[in-house]
Amino acid sequence: MSAQPRLAVFKFASCDGCQLSLLSLEDELLQLAARVDVVHFLEATSRIEPGPYDVALVEGSITTADDEQRIQQVRRDSKFLVTLGACATAGGIQALKNWSGSEAFVNAVYARPDYIRTLETSTAIADHVAVDFELRGCPINKYQLLEVLQSLLAGRRPRTPTHCVCVECKRRGTVCVTVAQGIACLGPVTQAGCGALCPAYDRGCYGCYGPSEQPNLVPLTDHLRAGGMKAEAIATALRSFNAYAPAFRQESDRLAAEVAERESTP
Amino acid sequence: MNQDDSGTRKIRVAAMTRVEGEGGLDVRVTDGRIEHVRLQIFEPPRFFEAFLRGRPLEEVPDITARICGICPVAYQMSSVHALEAALGVEISPEIRRLRRLLYCGEWIESHALHVHMLNLPDFLGYPGALEMARDFPEHVERALRLKKLGNDMLECLGGRAIHPINVAVGGFYRAPRRSELSEFIPGFIAGLQLAEEATRFVATLDFPDFHQAYETVALVHPDEYAMCEGRIESSDGLSIASDDFGTHFVERQVEHSTAMQAVRRETGEPYLLGPLARINHSRDRLSPAAKRLADEIGWETPCLNPFRAIVARSLELVHAFEEALDILKNYTPPQPPRIAYGYRAAAGSSATEAPRGLLYHRYQVDESGKVTQAEIVPPTSQNQTQIERDLRDYLPRVITLPDPEVAEACEKLVRCYDPCISCSTHFLKVRVGRS
Repeated sequence: MSAQPRLAVFKFASCDGCQLSLLSLEDELLQLAARVDVVHFLEATSRIEPGPYDVALVEGSITTADDEQRIQQVRRDSKFLVTLGACATAGGIQALKNWSGSEAFVNAVYARPDYIRTLETSTAIADHVAVDFELRGCPINKYQLLEVLQSLLAGRRPRTPTHCVCVECKRRGTVCVTVAQGIACLGPVTQAGCGALCPAYDRGCYGCYGPSEQPNLVPLTDHLRAGGMKAEAIATALRSFNAYAPAFRQESDRLAAEVAERESTP
Repeated sequence: MNQDDSGTRKIRVAAMTRVEGEGGLDVRVTDGRIEHVRLQIFEPPRFFEAFLRGRPLEEVPDITARICGICPVAYQMSSVHALEAALGVEISPEIRRLRRLLYCGEWIESHALHVHMLNLPDFLGYPGALEMARDFPEHVERALRLKKLGNDMLECLGGRAIHPINVAVGGFYRAPRRSELSEFIPGFIAGLQLAEEATRFVATLDFPDFHQAYETVALVHPDEYAMCEGRIESSDGLSIASDDFGTHFVERQVEHSTAMQAVRRETGEPYLLGPLARINHSRDRLSPAAKRLADEIGWETPCLNPFRAIVARSLELVHAFEEALDILKNYTPPQPPRIAYGYRAAAGSSATEAPRGLLYHRYQVDESGKVTQAEIVPPTSQNQTQIERDLRDYLPRVITLPDPEVAEACEKLVRCYDPCISCSTHFLKVRVGRS
């Protein structure tokens, strides 16, 4: 990497929140900007330079034919491609359409569906191009983003924890909301990184960082069912911001199939 | 100049910058006559209204927050108030004040970002804040300090600044302790002073002499600068409850945009939302420091110059700091933090003032607590029709310039609205074509 690495930020289907995290590094932004050359960041600057880029930060999921092509160009232009957030790493909340078909969704929202051109699915960036590092979360943790950028500047591979939220609760000293209050929580199967926020605010984790490494979903859903939660409600809970992440998808499909079978049996 | 054989000049801005979300502008001029001005929103549609159907109503503030990473609290506020209206939940005055405090945090974060980092570079001649920081570090540092205060408040009260996790139907999952909030008082006193200095500075910028005959629309409350509740009022004399929004405002779809465009139902005419509209309607209800400052800088009401929105936004920043301080100093934790409710089949709506303007939500829920219908009308899709009208009226002043300068002038005007394209599709590239 040259003395002033060229940094680019790209957006696909998303809310802008993850790239905003870069501007939300209020204490570190100007120092960071002195060490990298920000050459493509539409939200922050009118300076737009073509590739090649040393580091590309990619936010958002692929939902249109144009974007399918655009991500290929971003990949060709970029040495190290980092995907940011649940949209880019798992398809985002908009991946809920992957189950019902785009047509039904367009018809529900737009009076003139013929003006809207969109793919049937919302998919992660890694489904289209090779990704060098994935940063999870909806939204990402800005300090994890800083860690990724500092690692790259130092010439080492970034590392972020892949264990579950439970570990963060223990570190933070939060009493388990499931054990103490009987609140349904996806913490045991969700990747750390948020700082175990929800349990610290007396609510269960809703899985916005996606599945942890080797998540053991069936025992958790069994436990939730034993506590009286219906299979349908658990499937709905797994189908949110990381609905299409494989581990969450498979378990929600398993539960949904069970519900469908039960409903079809007289 | 990009001109074809037939004499049509096409001016395009492929990707607008320093706006939230992505879109462009397409201007076509034939024989010096403006054929069309189109704000093109190619931000991919995400279909929030569709996938909210069938979800538990408790998830709505978490899900709708994801429409926009810059103003998630606005989505949370409009959604919880609409759902509470449906369920017949009355929140306590303490919860109400805590919600205003959270909204102040978002107004501070969003306004500080737009005024100083997205909009100010246009006035000082820089491509962005990072480039501006080399010559004017004091402006960018001030921006970052202001923004951080807003974000810190969101983190304390909401758990995190982007997509807060502590907003619930009925109130909050956990109310902060007194000590957690009182820590903010010294920082916010300093923030108020910084916001006042910043307002005095932006008031001295050069503004194009451009005035539009806007119909301005804002939420108006008799006793306070309206944020979460009030009547929807327009400068043409409309005054309605938010429940009647659909009777007087209508969204229509156009081919060149994935965002809806809203107009007044009675006239088919565009209208203006946002900080200019709000101050025009509620100047008397600004906080004392913001009101004094408006007088000191000679702020005229009504102000109908879109370029001056940066000053309006700065005054609101002062207001947000002062109001937040008032809430912080008098805080008592709500008991309980969340009002209990039961399910019933009903519909409810709410409009609140997002940083960019009026944000309307309406939900229908069933007896098992599931959403059966959702309607979301964001401020940028409402302003979009007015933005196109403004560009059409502004273009004759700049059309003799070379294409890149026309495009730049158009982009600057659009940016004054602080458009949030991610929001409007649930918007922007500038393309200019001349014949």
